[in-house]
Amino acid sequence: MNLFIHQILSGLATGGIYASVALALVMIYQATHLVNFAQGEMAMFSTYLAWALMQAGVPYWVAFALTVAGAFVLGVVIERVVIRPVENSPILAVVIVFIALLVIFNSLAGWIFSYTIKPFPSPFPAEPLFGNSYVSSHELGSMAITLVVLLLLFGFFRFTPLGLAMRAAAQNPVSSRLVGIRVGWMLALGWGLAAAIGAIAGMMVAPTVFLEPNMMGGILLYAFAGALLGGIDSPGGAVLGGFIVGVLENVVGVYIGTELKLTVALVVIIGVLVVRPSGMFGKVHVVRV
Amino acid sequence: MHKTLDRITRRTALALAFGAACFAQNAAAQAAKYGPGASATEIKLGQTMPYSGPASAYGTIGKVEQAYFKMINDNGGINGRKVNLISLDDGYSPPKAVEQVRRLVEQDEVLALFQTLGTPSNSAIHKYVNAKKVPHLLLATGATKWGDPQNNPWTMGFNLSYQSEGQIYAKWLLKNKPDAKIAILYQNDDFGKDVLKGVKDGLGAAGAKMIVKEATYEVTDPTIDSQILTLQSSGADTFIDITTPKFGAQAVRKAFDSGWKPLHLLNNVSASIGSVLVPAGVEKAVGAITVAYYKDQNDPQWKDDPAMLEWRAFMGRYYREGDPKDQSNLYGYLAAQIMTQILKQCGNDLTRENVMRQAANLKQFKLPLLLPGMALSTGPTDFFPVKQAQLQKFTGTQWQLFGELMNTDAR
Amino acid sequence: MASLDRRKLVGVVLLVVLACVLPFVVGNYRVFQFTLVLAYSIALLGLNMLTGYNGQISLGHGAFYAIGAYGAAILMDKAGFPYWATIPIAGAICFVAGFLFGLPALRLEGLYLALATFSLGVAMPQILKHEALAKWTGGSQGIVIVKPDPPAWSGLSQDQWLYFFTLAWVVVLFVFGWNLLRGRIGRAMVAIRDQPIAAQAMGVNTSLVKSLTFGVSALYTGIAGAIGAIVIQFVAPDSFTIFLSITLLVGVVIGGLASIWGAFFGAVFIQFIPNIADEISKAAPWAIYGVVLIAFMYVMPTGVAGFLRLVRSRIARRRGA
Repeated sequence: MNLFIHQILSGLATGGIYASVALALVMIYQATHLVNFAQGEMAMFSTYLAWALMQAGVPYWVAFALTVAGAFVLGVVIERVVIRPVENSPILAVVIVFIALLVIFNSLAGWIFSYTIKPFPSPFPAEPLFGNSYVSSHELGSMAITLVVLLLLFGFFRFTPLGLAMRAAAQNPVSSRLVGIRVGWMLALGWGLAAAIGAIAGMMVAPTVFLEPNMMGGILLYAFAGALLGGIDSPGGAVLGGFIVGVLENVVGVYIGTELKLTVALVVIIGVLVVRPSGMFGKVHVVRV
Repeated sequence: MHKTLDRITRRTALALAFGAACFAQNAAAQAAKYGPGASATEIKLGQTMPYSGPASAYGTIGKVEQAYFKMINDNGGINGRKVNLISLDDGYSPPKAVEQVRRLVEQDEVLALFQTLGTPSNSAIHKYVNAKKVPHLLLATGATKWGDPQNNPWTMGFNLSYQSEGQIYAKWLLKNKPDAKIAILYQNDDFGKDVLKGVKDGLGAAGAKMIVKEATYEVTDPTIDSQILTLQSSGADTFIDITTPKFGAQAVRKAFDSGWKPLHLLNNVSASIGSVLVPAGVEKAVGAITVAYYKDQNDPQWKDDPAMLEWRAFMGRYYREGDPKDQSNLYGYLAAQIMTQILKQCGNDLTRENVMRQAANLKQFKLPLLLPGMALSTGPTDFFPVKQAQLQKFTGTQWQLFGELMNTDAR
Repeated sequence: MASLDRRKLVGVVLLVVLACVLPFVVGNYRVFQFTLVLAYSIALLGLNMLTGYNGQISLGHGAFYAIGAYGAAILMDKAGFPYWATIPIAGAICFVAGFLFGLPALRLEGLYLALATFSLGVAMPQILKHEALAKWTGGSQGIVIVKPDPPAWSGLSQDQWLYFFTLAWVVVLFVFGWNLLRGRIGRAMVAIRDQPIAAQAMGVNTSLVKSLTFGVSALYTGIAGAIGAIVIQFVAPDSFTIFLSITLLVGVVIGGLASIWGAFFGAVFIQFIPNIADEISKAAPWAIYGVVLIAFMYVMPTGVAGFLRLVRSRIARRRGA
């Protein structure tokens, strides 16, 4: 029983990682109705920038803030410069551009920073809360940060005019233009925010898994699964999906064995999706002829 | 009388000298034999390395080896010939490895393959290479099957074989901790399973009782925290850790943080102080045991070792962008030194057959970066250059060798 | 798709003749590479049927390639089948696998289908490594395949023989595919892609067609995998990572969706561009590859085939007008 609780808590900790990346995916989806496969690599690259700043002596929270701002700018620039020319191309052409970005960022990170793993500092204390041996302070802290970002995001989309404009631009660009929304800049803003959220996720993930260019690969898959499981158009659903995937992965690993952990976890997720094709909390889209 | 004798002597001397000169020139002309990839000015070697893909952390081995040969060339080359190491990316993908090796053999016509990395890639090419009779030397993988001169006469490994390593741990436990309860974590691929086999073979019948739990992980798994928890809950007090650096660091950290703190047997691949123990936290690795056959550059005890200083000078001059804390950079340097020795031994007979002959002819070859007292040797039926290793324990700042240099059962 | 007119037929025959001459003018290594291009083109045609013609995205086709490859390897290594017999069997196995996967996947659209296929592609190596199957699959060690010898009467080298063997399969499969796509089923596939509800209203059995398309698509990719395995002479779980699936998708888009010729352009791209990128930059070759991808998508978002179609229609228009 003790092991079971341990595994659940550990699963929630890993799930927190997936949830934070899932949020970035949801962000980009809300803004553009596309899933950016390069999100993980952009997050990893931003984390390297933070690392480089800290190596140069910049204190943690300053580097954190600079990185988030820098990632935002990077996201905006990429949207305006790289994605804009293919905006009106078939969807798969855009997907190929995402794949290209993924490959470029991964390759650049390996070239500039080399492939040896680097420790990344955590802003949270090293001793676990109340001396428990289940979850570290860092894991709790990152979960807290993920929830804070989630709340901010929810508030942004629900209660601010800018958030509303962004959702409109993604859902119906033509009508949005008619009411005066600058669709192009909404997309860029969406990318910027997604990149910023990704950077935060990367900086929360790196202390646990160690910083290296291939750090985000496995995480992106689970984050993607979690986001879809919860419903890609629901930030809260995506976060919940991320946590569920983390716990599921651990539980399967313990009771079915680690050799098929990945496979079984994915089968379960797909199974849920077959029953509820829009995810647990996603909106069911009605398609008209 | 005297004058005639002088004249005869002088003529004889001249004749002898002339004859000797002719003979020498003839001998030299006869002795210089060249196979594909070799000439009076150049020796071409080929290799495939994972410069991209999941194993890209090892790509630095190819780079350090290229840097090494550049240094050799700057100092006159080997027997006056420059070494050209053609290093191609295979992304750790066997089909790509096949393609690149075919290119090296059929288009670039290299003299020999050197340090092709990865068991899957090598498995894919070894049949082809043996059929084409190309020396396939010093493979950058510890898989045990590469020391088989009967079936693969052109393939010779280098690393201490994974199974030998596993056996060393098993034998040590049987002798020093026979009532240990062992938990094993291994990477779910040929590397992990090979070491595991060595452990199980070494434990023999006792293994069934001693091994209480096994767990695997994939390279794509973000963390192995879950596996560590499972192993901990089995009540084991000994942990055999068969992982690669990133996961080794996670294992060291979690095994400590979770309160488990077992006797930690850490495999050689993840034993680098700089790339694994420092990121994990050196205080968490105190007491860990591993096997070694060459010196760790982060180990303070070798700080003033002349061979180590020489290596550092090389890194500073020829491979600036390489990480001096990365164990791979020392490993690649060592392998290149051995290759240099093989080529030197070839003299002017640079055919593929002779390269293979010389590779199987290393007699007690000592290299200062190997552990003190170690020597490499090979023979026509012995294709395992490294057959010795020693255990070492981590003190918190350095690896301390203990026990004695062991001879492994090279199979 | 219009029926073949005289000029097009001549063009196709010319190309086949050229393809037959190729192995005699280049060395064995290049023949080997071109054989891989032919194998990839079969796989890409398969994927194109599913994604280009039928609109179902697949990020996991590498899994079917793997099943075909392992099928051929196991039949040759463990059951002693001759290499040529393994190809149709591998195809049949993959057809069934694809059809069975397509059934539950029917309910998923767009992103969700992408995830499902992505999961298949990611899970395949783990399944292949599993202990329970290791007796047949060789586990992580994989299976080494003996290269087939050409028949004595041909006088060809091993590589040349395999090239012609593959070329024969390419011709057969492409003719079959072309026929399929311009027939009723092909039209049904396209109709489902463009207007699924209208198609259903018109009496098209969408579920059956979609699943069948998955099956046929898997069949093609499986045959390509089987051929690939024989050419490379080795299969291992590491040969079939998710990167293969992504590469296949890249090939289909670069080549041109909903185009049969696109398969060849795509195959040439995925086989040779990484090598060229490696020549350009040793430090970050995949960054170069990524830049090339982006450049292609800017200039020809509908792929090479789409671009050529555009060019041809512009010329025709100018000539006609």
